Amino acid sequence: MTPAVAIVDVVKHFGTLKALDGVSLSIEQGEFFGLLGQNGAGKTTLISSLAGLVRPDAGRLSVLGYDVIRDFRDARRRLGVVPQELVFDPFFNVRETLQIQSGYFGIRKNDDWIDEILHHLDLTGKASVNMRRLSGGMKRRVLVAQALVHKPPVIVLDEPTAGVDVELRQGLWQFVRRLNAEGHTIILTTHYLEEAENLCGRIALMKQGRILALDTTANLMAAHPGGTLEDVFVRTMQQ
Amino acid sequence: MTGFWTLFYKEFLRFWKVAFQTVAAPVLTALLYLLIFGHVLDDHVRVHGVQYTSFLIPGLVMMQVLQNAFANSSSSLIQAKITGSIVFVLLPPIPYSAFFVAYVLAAVVRGLMVGVGVLLATVWFAEITVVSPLWILVFSITGGAMFGALGMIAGIWAEKFDQLAAFQNFLIMPLTMLSGVFYSIYTLPTFWQGVSHYNPVFYMIDGFRYGFFGVSDVPPQSSLLVVAACFAVVSLLTLQLLKSGWKLRA
Ligand SMILES: Nc1ncnc2c1ncn2[C@@H]1O[C@H](COP(=O)(O)OP(=O)(O)OP(=O)(O)O)[C@@H](O)[C@H]1O
Ligand SMILES: [Mg+2]
Repeated sequence: MTPAVAIVDVVKHFGTLKALDGVSLSIEQGEFFGLLGQNGAGKTTLISSLAGLVRPDAGRLSVLGYDVIRDFRDARRRLGVVPQELVFDPFFNVRETLQIQSGYFGIRKNDDWIDEILHHLDLTGKASVNMRRLSGGMKRRVLVAQALVHKPPVIVLDEPTAGVDVELRQGLWQFVRRLNAEGHTIILTTHYLEEAENLCGRIALMKQGRILALDTTANLMAAHPGGTLEDVFVRTMQQ
Repeated sequence: MTGFWTLFYKEFLRFWKVAFQTVAAPVLTALLYLLIFGHVLDDHVRVHGVQYTSFLIPGLVMMQVLQNAFANSSSSLIQAKITGSIVFVLLPPIPYSAFFVAYVLAAVVRGLMVGVGVLLATVWFAEITVVSPLWILVFSITGGAMFGALGMIAGIWAEKFDQLAAFQNFLIMPLTMLSGVFYSIYTLPTFWQGVSHYNPVFYMIDGFRYGFFGVSDVPPQSSLLVVAACFAVVSLLTLQLLKSGWKLRA
């Protein structure tokens, strides 16, 4: 089976800083994958390279077999990204934002699916509210919704729960779990390690642009009997 | 095609939702120019045998078409870059050619709307004839498109608002103001006449004016050639920048 995501020897410099130092990683279709690491480890840079927002200096990345540079249209159609930064377009309300985002992906009439996403993200009541008037957590939910408008088979969530309240976090994970059960591949970065422990089948630990550890969550935990994922994380980072 | 139309529609809404600033304000500015210069010079100056105010109006219309087309694409891109919302148009599978045409088309539409506004607001102050609507349309569209594309280059290049303002103040303003909006270049000393012939905006305004009065400094066919060539160069450059991802994709 074609991997959902294939990353081969990716290197990215920002000036003299090596943000990605030869990262290789293959994620199978249907996985719930965790990408963990300290601030500045290179998680967002890796995700941005996958999304075509960052151009790597070397290496190749593909989404469901489509090279993210050569076959960028096919690759991007299959990828949904929730960016880490809380960005929004102040000219539009929530529904307009989602309709426009659907249009960018070539989908004209998408209101049924938009309604469903709004419902699961508890945004139905905010559909006609301007983006500027939403709280930070609500803006974050709209970002999640925007990444899902085109039903991408591969979904990348870059710290989707930062600043989101407990109730919604649970609602969000329920929704994402359902998407995963329906066959969507999920790639998640988060600094809440208990979330990763509960959700992810496999985890990569990154530090200074390299992958230090890559295994199933169960195997990682088994290497430190009785410990939590946080213990595993701390010990790996000390290497 | 849906991706392209959505991007165009978004760019259109972006200025239309604030039409008071983006359309009404430039119309007022042009009207003020007309009242001041027309009042001072109308009795003393005739150009190409027409009254000064009549001569001035098409120039003002074209100047606002160009400046507003530039403002539209440049401000949209720099705002999106600074707020980070540019990712919403960088993540989807929109080909860079469609990206280019959507921004330029929206810029042309804004330019034309302002142009029509200026014409409607000023036409009461002088006698205006229309000899050839086709030339009027051709020059306003090609001129607007070229400035829309220039606006994309400026918006992609600039990282801060003051860099964009510099581009606007040191390139766009002099190019448009020193192009024969307010005078016929044949009233200038020979040296400055020669210099004016290197300004593409001179040909845009001269050809545009031909559509109204049927007289111009240069035959409109020649002007169109110059404008089309400049547009082609600017477009190819913009497409190349978009393809390379320069300053948009790190
Ligand atoms: N556009 C950029 N220009 C210069 N340096 C950058 C840029 N983007 C990221 N970096 C640098 O690259 C390194 C990796 O950053 P990245 O955002 O990928 O980290 P991260 O793992 O996502 O961290 P966090 O957990 O804080 O989100 C950091 O040192 C960062 O300062
Ligand atoms: Mg990050």
